Amino acid sequence: MAVRRIELMLCTGTGCVAGGAFRIYETLEKEIQKQGLEKEISVIITGCNGFCGQGPLMVVQPDEIFYGFLTPEDIPFLVQEHLLKGRPVKKLMFTPPEKKEPVPLLSEIPFFKKQMLVVLRNKGIIDPEKIDDYIARDGYTALEKVLSSMTPDDVIDEITRSGLRGRGGGGFPTGTKWKICRTEQKTPKYIICNCDEGDPGAYMDRSVFETDPHTVIEGMIIGAYAIGASHAYIYARTEYPLAIKRMDLAISHARDYGLLGKNILGTGFSFNLEIREGSGAFVCGEETSLIHSIEGKGPEPRQRPPFPAQLGIWDCPTVINNVETWANVPVIINRGADWFSKLGTETSKGTKIFSLVGKINNTGLIEVPMGITLREIVYDIGGGIPYDKKFKAVQTGGPSGGCMPDSMIDVPIDYESLTEAGSMMGSGGMIVMDEDICMVDVAKFFIQFTNDESCGKCTTCRDGSEALYEILTNITNGDGKEGDLEFLDEVGNAVKDASMCGLGTTLPNPVLSTLKYFRDEYEAHIKEKRCPALVCKNLIKYYILPEKCTGCKLCLKNCPPDAIKGELKHVHIIDQSKCTKCGTCLDVCPPKVSAIIKVTGKEMENITGIEEPYPVKRRKK
Amino acid sequence: MAQLTLDELRKKRKEAKKEIYLREGKYKSKIIVHMGTCGIAAGAREIVSAFLGEIEILTDKDVMLTTSGCAGLCSMEPMATVELLNSPSVKYGNLTTDKARRIFKEHILGGNIVTDYAIGIGSEKGG
Ligand SMILES: Cc1cc2nc3c(=O)[nH]c(=O)nc-3n(C[C@H](O)[C@H](O)[C@H](O)COP(=O)(O)O)c2cc1C
Ligand code: FES
Repeated sequence: MAVRRIELMLCTGTGCVAGGAFRIYETLEKEIQKQGLEKEISVIITGCNGFCGQGPLMVVQPDEIFYGFLTPEDIPFLVQEHLLKGRPVKKLMFTPPEKKEPVPLLSEIPFFKKQMLVVLRNKGIIDPEKIDDYIARDGYTALEKVLSSMTPDDVIDEITRSGLRGRGGGGFPTGTKWKICRTEQKTPKYIICNCDEGDPGAYMDRSVFETDPHTVIEGMIIGAYAIGASHAYIYARTEYPLAIKRMDLAISHARDYGLLGKNILGTGFSFNLEIREGSGAFVCGEETSLIHSIEGKGPEPRQRPPFPAQLGIWDCPTVINNVETWANVPVIINRGADWFSKLGTETSKGTKIFSLVGKINNTGLIEVPMGITLREIVYDIGGGIPYDKKFKAVQTGGPSGGCMPDSMIDVPIDYESLTEAGSMMGSGGMIVMDEDICMVDVAKFFIQFTNDESCGKCTTCRDGSEALYEILTNITNGDGKEGDLEFLDEVGNAVKDASMCGLGTTLPNPVLSTLKYFRDEYEAHIKEKRCPALVCKNLIKYYILPEKCTGCKLCLKNCPPDAIKGELKHVHIIDQSKCTKCGTCLDVCPPKVSAIIKVTGKEMENITGIEEPYPVKRRKK
Repeated sequence: MAQLTLDELRKKRKEAKKEIYLREGKYKSKIIVHMGTCGIAAGAREIVSAFLGEIEILTDKDVMLTTSGCAGLCSMEPMATVELLNSPSVKYGNLTTDKARRIFKEHILGGNIVTDYAIGIGSEKGG
């Protein structure tokens, strides 16, 4: 390829593709041709840039200018102004909420500033479908180093000294796991990459595949060399077609180059890798269940020990690691254990990728050093809570994680601090909640999820989650009674202690952690029949403030069940017997009027909804 | 594609690095061609091509070529500004492709300002 003066790094991660990134691609190509710039400018597709909330987006290099919320209609102007005439287009740049001036440069945008890219070091810089791009970014140099100058024990020693721990949830030391497997007598040995990622809202692992598949492959070849494996499986969900496509392509390119297969790079080492698609259940991500699934058996977990490192797939020693764990390996080999172990906290080294979602201004995928605080994530990177609402909690660790309340906002995040808080690192989902979220409702939501996903093999997990769900449903319905909280506590702890696999031992976390930090909210539901966050439908009523209603009929016309009585310039009344509490009236009432409120607890008693509309009194202007 | 040996992989990496230099932000020098309507009319696009042609034959592609709007000296177009690391920027005017190539060789690669064509030294208000 001839030299270019500009490259447009267009994000084609899952989020941006859903937003129409490929249409942007076509329009860009067309406009560039039209201006006769095709020899000077090219469009490069990249994996997820991270700032998914701004998608579809791209970064213009070498100027480093970030453009978001692109539509095909913006492209002709952008190509003419910026690409041809060199005048960056302000209106397509990122402007922080409540600020007037945009921030043109990617590196100056607060969302990116506090991040530290180790696993995602090639994010936005390489085309994930081109092996040469990866190689150009020193890709496969770690493999070169390993194959030409390190023994398997050297490799294991380096990984152990780095302090790398599993990124799939448990946080088990990776070097130790490899060593256990290496010392097993039985052969052949296998390795597996776990890309099941079934947590709702999480998309870290799939994004690593979509952004930089070769770093995972390189990590796996190195791991195979270290433990003496010759075959590997990558287990990924069928629901992630883009990730699978890019990984598939990467494997075939690596094979073409002799980086996989027999006699790798002429060194005599041989290793092969194949993708297995799994579909469905959350429990498939659990390692023993995943192994059963690849073997073609029912995806049910089994008792451990023995651990897969001793007795894994096809009854052979097997190292199973998470995507992000594998992706760290080449960096550690290249930059050394000493460098890596300086990042992070005493017990948790390196960085972690989180998917930051929920009630937060900047949603997206972030990579941060371990030991960062929630405050830095929520306020500096995340840009705070929309509409200046109050921060309430962050749910980490997926459906079986727990909540970190406001009081823990300055605690450095690592494996230990999260566990101590009653949550866990999990694979890195991070859901931000504001004051409008009811914590009992949240606990119910997650228990419903894990209850559905429980494989049913052990009774504690199956029946325990059922019992928890029932009580939580009662409480949110206003049918909670004395003793419920003690019951939740007892059952929760029993399920935690007695379940067979990680699904059961962690599923009570959302209940136990909210009980610990938001007990008063539970009590309000039970004793006062009050939902402080105004969420639980049985515990709230909608009410039209007569002194504010202008009688405009907007809510009346929009009310789905026709529950609002009234006529023009008459105070409207909600018929409580018909109201389904859908909240439409609150949404449509003009902000200047704001006549509709929600009430809960005692306040509900006086609201009967049986009065009749009456004329609006003239109000002083 | 034939399977690679260690040495061939290293060679391939050297080649591949040339393809992605724009994205890595490793520059020693920067050329800005002014591409206002006036600049384009005066032939700024040919100047861009001339510079690109020179960059193409470099082994270490540490020169960044970018464009900017009108510099307010329309009578001197086509114009370009050259910035070397740690030295003041230099504006050149009334360029032709030949002048551009000479500036590239003498200033960008050689580090010597081509005083014959320079119309200003120092930041923004040069000229
Ligand atoms: C219910 C359940 C779901 C899990 N889902 C995943 C998953 O989606 N991805 C993953 O890497 N690990 C998941 N795990 C953890 C795996 O069992 C295993 O610990 C992990 O893949 C080991 O890799 P690591 O040491 O690199 O973290 C899950 C565990 C449980 C109990
Ligand atoms: S998908 Fe484009 S930024 Fe995440």
